[in-house]
Amino acid sequence: MPVLKLPTPLRPYADGQSAIEVQGQNIAEALNDLIRQYPSLQKHLFSDAGTLRPFVNLFLGEEDVRHMQGVETELKADDVLRIIPSIAGGING
Amino acid sequence: MLEIANDLLDQIHTHLEAAHPEEGAGFLLGRADAARRVVTAILALPNAGVDSARHNRYLLTPKDMLRAEDEAARLGLDMIGVFHSHPDCPNLPSEFDRDWAMPWFSYIITRVDVGHAVSSRSWRLSDDRAKFDEEELQIISLAS
Repeated sequence: MPVLKLPTPLRPYADGQSAIEVQGQNIAEALNDLIRQYPSLQKHLFSDAGTLRPFVNLFLGEEDVRHMQGVETELKADDVLRIIPSIAGGING
Repeated sequence: MLEIANDLLDQIHTHLEAAHPEEGAGFLLGRADAARRVVTAILALPNAGVDSARHNRYLLTPKDMLRAEDEAARLGLDMIGVFHSHPDCPNLPSEFDRDWAMPWFSYIITRVDVGHAVSSRSWRLSDDRAKFDEEELQIISLAS
């Protein structure tokens, strides 16, 4: 089963785990399974419109999946998918 | 409450003053449990934002995040937050700060006026992402 690795600030919303086995033929299905297992991650990963929040980067191995087929990228049983956020902010304006 | 030794806060302020008039940033490393959060190391990093945005935006890349996780692991610590500056502006979280905030992290925001760090405050995103709540920033004075 593919494994999804979480960054430190999201682990408290997954019972403190850093790596979670997920089911899915592609990344979208794996993310849906993650949310099914840990619903409180939903609002931190997805906007109200259901799109991934802009700071969420997904890496399959060393590759940003934006450079692959995005969330439609297929997963193999031994794949390791990582969520690595961009950290950003700043004053208004 | 977030505890930080005065020498570490001084290191943060030095980094952010050097970045002025642009925003500066970095990671807070330390220990956290339900009762206590303590910063024991910092990782000051360059603002990876584009030239035209660094006056009002900071960016730490996924590569920076991995570097900080590795450094925390090497030191036997956790990543517990982020620090950044608001040049010549109040150290209140902006809407942009909230939109991009990670939960659980402590966010130290330092007001830097004309290159001088004026004050720092710490904030945490609420679980519903609706707002930031201020957490007490306790500065521990170490004998020099």
